[in-house]
Amino acid sequence: MMQSVCWTPAVCQRALQVVTPTIALGFRSPACFISNGRLYASHSAQAVLEKAASESTAEVKTATNMKVPSLESKSFAVSMFKGQLSTEQVFPFPSVLNEEQSQFLKELVGPVSKFFEEVNDPAKNDALEKVEDGTMQGLKEMGAFGLQVPADLGGLGLTNTQYARLVEIVGMHDLGVGITLGAHQSIGFKGILLFGNKKQKEKYLPSLASGEKIAAFCLTEPASGSDAASIKTTAVKSECGQYYTLNGGKIWISNGGIADIFTVFAKSQVKDETTGEVKDKISAFIVEKDFGGVTSGPPEKKMGIKASNTAEVHFDNVRVPADNVLGEIGSGFKVAMNILNNGRFGMAAALSGTMKGVISKAVDHAANRTQFGNKIHNFGAIQEKVARMAMLQYVSESMAYMISANMDMGATEFQIEAAISKIFASEAAWNVSDECIQIMGGMGFMKDAGVERVMRDLRIFRIFEGTNDILRLFVALNGFQNAGNQLKNIQKALKNPIGNAGLLVSEIGKRIKRRAGMSTGLSLKGVVHPELNSSGELTVKAIEELGGVVEILLLKHGKKIVDEQFVLMRVADSAIDLYAMVVVLSRASRSLSQGLPSAEHEKVLCETWCTETYARITKNMKELNSSSSKQLFRNLRAISKAVVENGGIVSAHPLGF
Amino acid sequence: FSLPTAACLNSKTMASRVLVGVKRVIDYAVKIRVKPDKTGVVTDGVKHSMNPFCEIAVEQAVRMKEKQLVKEIIAVSCGPQQCQETIRTALAMGADRGIHVDVAGKDSENLGPFQVSKILAALAKKEDVQLIILGKQAIDDDCNQTGQMTSALLDWPQGTFASEVAVEGDKLKVVREVDGGLETILIRLPAVLTADLRLNEPRYATLPNIMKAKKKKIDVMKPGDLAVDISSNLQILSTDEPPQRKAGVKLESAEDLIAKLREIGRI
Repeated sequence: MMQSVCWTPAVCQRALQVVTPTIALGFRSPACFISNGRLYASHSAQAVLEKAASESTAEVKTATNMKVPSLESKSFAVSMFKGQLSTEQVFPFPSVLNEEQSQFLKELVGPVSKFFEEVNDPAKNDALEKVEDGTMQGLKEMGAFGLQVPADLGGLGLTNTQYARLVEIVGMHDLGVGITLGAHQSIGFKGILLFGNKKQKEKYLPSLASGEKIAAFCLTEPASGSDAASIKTTAVKSECGQYYTLNGGKIWISNGGIADIFTVFAKSQVKDETTGEVKDKISAFIVEKDFGGVTSGPPEKKMGIKASNTAEVHFDNVRVPADNVLGEIGSGFKVAMNILNNGRFGMAAALSGTMKGVISKAVDHAANRTQFGNKIHNFGAIQEKVARMAMLQYVSESMAYMISANMDMGATEFQIEAAISKIFASEAAWNVSDECIQIMGGMGFMKDAGVERVMRDLRIFRIFEGTNDILRLFVALNGFQNAGNQLKNIQKALKNPIGNAGLLVSEIGKRIKRRAGMSTGLSLKGVVHPELNSSGELTVKAIEELGGVVEILLLKHGKKIVDEQFVLMRVADSAIDLYAMVVVLSRASRSLSQGLPSAEHEKVLCETWCTETYARITKNMKELNSSSSKQLFRNLRAISKAVVENGGIVSAHPLGF
Repeated sequence: FSLPTAACLNSKTMASRVLVGVKRVIDYAVKIRVKPDKTGVVTDGVKHSMNPFCEIAVEQAVRMKEKQLVKEIIAVSCGPQQCQETIRTALAMGADRGIHVDVAGKDSENLGPFQVSKILAALAKKEDVQLIILGKQAIDDDCNQTGQMTSALLDWPQGTFASEVAVEGDKLKVVREVDGGLETILIRLPAVLTADLRLNEPRYATLPNIMKAKKKKIDVMKPGDLAVDISSNLQILSTDEPPQRKAGVKLESAEDLIAKLREIGRI
């Protein structure tokens, strides 16, 4: 319908204008906005990028330091924020293991499971607050300390997907051991795997793979947690340039008290090659305990993962050879974020194993416990709990293996998905364990049942490796940045509307349809299994809504979107929900296509999840658009301000004293 | 441990080659279900693993190799394609090479101790082994016959239900767990041993060893290649689950007990 109109910049402005609170009325001609229109659109897009660059929060910095994805980005998460559907990485559910890798992995699962069932004693580890010596030795002999180190350097050379499968077993049995292993190889020496040069790899990886030497990741400081860019540990280059002197202290370092090799992040003076300017930038160093000056504090007393050693690590004039700089000097922040990003899928995999184990315990109890003359699994209240637990586990597991497969397929952009999986899996696992205890009643509360320990172990997963709150901001801001880039591109196209007529027509058409509540033509038909078409439609609708709302918010808040955390949290929640819908759709589709025995069950899981999640997303989006939400956020802010100022609860006691 | 060199071969090595039989059975932890047509138990999609007594046999062979009493361990399994997984596990525990005697489909269901012992005897001659170590029985059929039949076919001495095996001069001292207690015998090589529960505790296959095992060879052959006829003389008529345990009855006194027992015709 738009083809017949003559393309002048003014007409394009008018067409592209979004009149914020009046969407429901459909497309309107916003004459009053024309003069400011063009500037407004470009400023908001530009400003998000600029503001994000100056923000000090770690993850936000990542968003700008990392390569800005082009419009052709393959990541699904990137596309969904733009209201688009990039299905390459998510449909069909990827299968990356070839015959040989699959066969090999199957052979590994047996011995590892057996070890954790028969040798490892999680209750003992928890009580001793350390991994039993015999178990530790057994794990080393088993080869569990170098799962992803290349075979020619003494490791098993597992792919991400194979690693995920084994880590799932560990997660099912003992998270304390899981963290000991994960702190060592998933983050402790991952930097050497990802950024090490040949010499560094050959020098350090063999003894790390055998477990002869243990590794630790040292980033957090007393004054720098989420705000990792603000660390204060210093590394001063010597006059001769042959070494750096490290000074500073790190806290809450997993394996801190037992490690021999540390990946340490410190600030050093770096000269910018182009401008000649000297700045303080973070660099990553491989530090050996043998260098001298490295000391650790006593093991911290924790709520959970007690078997894992957590300690302070102090560096007192430690001499680190210049050869031990990991990656480029000054690129430490990028190294840190890449390491954390690279290991995140492992958490989702481990936690899906934990949930599996805990669900088995809950169901075993529900199937055998008789109350009120009936086995309790026959009561609706219990049935709902069990069903929800199963769905949460299904989603987490699907996310873990989709991301590991994408990584194995060579995807370079998975940071949003990885962050989503960490947030989702950690919160899902917490809820699932909580409900398991609830189903088991008093028994669940008792140490012997083994579930309270799992719950205590799980709490940290929502905190470390990027708190879920920071990661939500990351997901949202990353999304806004990508959407903003797209707006920028449209902005550029507007400068030459005739040359870019095709793009403009489709963009305008999309927005008109969106405003009118019509589908913009996106569809998952033919991509998902026909039996799941209705869920596919819900997903597509959700994507369109998200894309539309993201754009509205961007235009409404402009650069200030970065400070609107109430908004960002809700956008992130919807993004997480949406990715969750897509992964289960993909997995259930594949199961139906393969005719698996569990395909029908998975179909029900998928449809139930999609129905409830779609409702949740719609509710969130509505809330964000409503005028009352602004007042709500103001109220929340005011309450917080008052309570903080008062150092606690403000309201007068009901008794007056 | 180190590989035997030429020098120590003469003095200590008793058997240059040992054959270990490993059977792929339904995993001990699985709940067994009978097929609706009563022809057997459900095996499709069910977890299988190496027979526990075969694991003990492999472990025994590996320990003897580590003590340089034997030079080469050959792991053998008879059955369908999946048997190779079981052989791989034996290779990961320390066996040197494997032999898969390929018997597919219906025929594999008819494989019993009689057929397997014929195959093992043929292999023992073909591969020139001096020692055969088997598990005392398989946990699926509980036959407890293969070791005995194999030794009879070869006319070799047998040390069955072995809970201890030691070298004494050029003979093997075997302590056997029998119904009356323990029996110690001295047997010459070549011989057949079957492993009982307390012979040893099998090692865990480490992941690096599983990786190394990938490079070890598994030869595949058919029973026909060994001139063995695997036709069975047995036919399974039906398979049933054990009868459901009926609830007991609580009685107040000894008189009631006598009365009840008379009632059901027991006395």
